Amino acid sequence: MLVNNRYHRQMLFDPIGETGQKRLQESHVVIVGVGALGSSSAEMLARAGVGTLTLIDRDYVEETNLQRQQLFSEEDVRMQTPKVIAAKKRLEEINHLITIYAEVIDAGVDELEAIAPEANLVIDATDNFDTRLIINDICQKHHKPWIYGACVASYGVTFTVLPGETPCLHCMMDHIPSDGATCDSVGIISPAVQMVVSYQVTEALKILTGNLDTLSGKLIAFDLWKNQQMELQVASLKDDTCPSCSKKQYPHLTYQAQLKTAVLCGRNTVQIRTNGKKVMHFEEIKKHLERNQQIKLFSNPYLLSFEIDKYRVVVFGDGRTLIHGTKNVQEAKKVYYQYVG
Amino acid sequence: MEIIVNGDPLEVSEGITNIEELIQELRLEKKSLIVEHNQTILKKEKHKDTAISEGDRLEIVHFVGGG
Repeated sequence: MLVNNRYHRQMLFDPIGETGQKRLQESHVVIVGVGALGSSSAEMLARAGVGTLTLIDRDYVEETNLQRQQLFSEEDVRMQTPKVIAAKKRLEEINHLITIYAEVIDAGVDELEAIAPEANLVIDATDNFDTRLIINDICQKHHKPWIYGACVASYGVTFTVLPGETPCLHCMMDHIPSDGATCDSVGIISPAVQMVVSYQVTEALKILTGNLDTLSGKLIAFDLWKNQQMELQVASLKDDTCPSCSKKQYPHLTYQAQLKTAVLCGRNTVQIRTNGKKVMHFEEIKKHLERNQQIKLFSNPYLLSFEIDKYRVVVFGDGRTLIHGTKNVQEAKKVYYQYVG
Repeated sequence: MEIIVNGDPLEVSEGITNIEELIQELRLEKKSLIVEHNQTILKKEKHKDTAISEGDRLEIVHFVGGG
């Protein structure tokens, strides 16, 4: 009975109905980033019965996440569980009828090239513009709709990009802003997250059920604390010289390929990526580190973390290392070479 | 001079004559913005040449990266 009843109220909603529900079950949505936006999107789409979800995130659960990242628990913080692993576990408790793929990876060009072509739709739930612009170009290249969403403080903004129809993110952004406003510097309240996700998931449901004529077509922004709501008709910004969506040069796919280190904004952390598909041998690293009495070690099947001096270092199986305790790339590299090699 | 920005009235000094100056006054110049002026989307190169008058309605949306 559970199976028959579970989507009943959603199917009563006329624009979805039985046909729409079947389409949702046959759909595959990729969610890039499983922090606040991604947790919320994933939960709504899982409950709605989207047949396949792929969750991508490079990070693990920390205490400061719990205020807004709804799929995670205190136990996940204690275990430093990767976000997608914790999310998959919770989502399977919610809906065992769907398939969830959890990818503990950094969403770079190669990773998204391997995953995005399989999807019907990509939901942006990342925390940075580098990744968003990769999503933008990958989705143009493979002709997939994607839904931009972002928030900070009590402000949020969202837009649905349809390749060949709407402007893309590259058309609309004249530069990548560097004003230092991130969730870690000026904060974030949970309702701003949920509002962005409400727009994103509604647009996703429209696309997946074939209700394209009801898509908003607008750049939507709001500030909940200031009681402001903005909706801009931006069709005129579609640029017929845009290298991403008109000229098909996909500049962000080539640029990103060069990136090896990234300062994680506001987190006092540097991420270091090794070349290609290097596999980290945790046991070897552990063996070396255990010889140093000053080092406090922790490991689970997905990562190895240790503390030394003022740094906390977390090594992931896919070849990435997070150096917490510095924003300086050179300093981080030094720590990396000293302890990870 | 009073204009409406994002639905709220805003008193701007007489020294502010165009959109570019307004954006600087609001300290938004470092952000990546989309500006709608009296229901027309303005490309950035038009900000300097677009005069502001009493009662104008502006919608200013900026892109953010958090999530």
